[in-house]
Amino acid sequence: MENRFEIQGNCLIIHLPKEVDHMVTDEIRRDSDEIIRKKYIRTITFDFSGTAFMDSSGIGLIMGRYRAMGMRGDCIQATGVSSYIEKLLHLSGVYKFVEICGKV
Amino acid sequence: MKQNTNEMKLVFDSRPENEGLARVTVAAFCTQMNPTLEEVADLKTAVSEAVTNCIIHAYEGTVQKIEVCCRMQEETLWVDVIDQGVGISDIPKAMEPLFTTKPEKDRSGMGFTFMEAFMDEVTVESQVGKGTIVHMKKTIRR
Repeated sequence: MENRFEIQGNCLIIHLPKEVDHMVTDEIRRDSDEIIRKKYIRTITFDFSGTAFMDSSGIGLIMGRYRAMGMRGDCIQATGVSSYIEKLLHLSGVYKFVEICGKV
Repeated sequence: MKQNTNEMKLVFDSRPENEGLARVTVAAFCTQMNPTLEEVADLKTAVSEAVTNCIIHAYEGTVQKIEVCCRMQEETLWVDVIDQGVGISDIPKAMEPLFTTKPEKDRSGMGFTFMEAFMDEVTVESQVGKGTIVHMKKTIRR
């Protein structure tokens, strides 16, 4: 998918696809880790505005990027979060380190 | 046979591409019960978790068959996800939140937790070396 990744300053924005499952998370993990290695990134923003479905693979993706970023307090943000995605973030406990924001 | 029952069985290869097929098929089957959008989303997530477990854990990436059996009777939907994979030696441990045997692959360990949160009942039968059946039940209230 084109324009999945966007870099604004030292923030990496990941525009998530419509369905976030095991197949796409493997791909996003690979590509985002490569960006983190090459560029100075302080924050990762997961943009859920186009996402209608997610399972625990998406939670694994967020947890893994949090670890990759050194588990700093303000390194992971989420935007465009629907009530369903919010339910998943809460249920899994990742909301504790994910800052939910309005706009990118 | 009782009047308000219906059944279907779906058999497919354990490829990640088929996760979408499985959850959408179960969701389509369930529409006869007139579920809410939230109930459909819950069901899709639960099915996706069970099928992902078969692909990643039961068959460890090899291509074999996964079976999804659905049955509805009045307001109740049963979904069984069946594999002939490696099996689970310690089922309570496997169902613990955040427990995963594959943390290096960014697995969250939340699969069974999500199934239990989104379905009314989840039970697991498993034999090491023989396979696993995940039984799930959900009441759809019209």
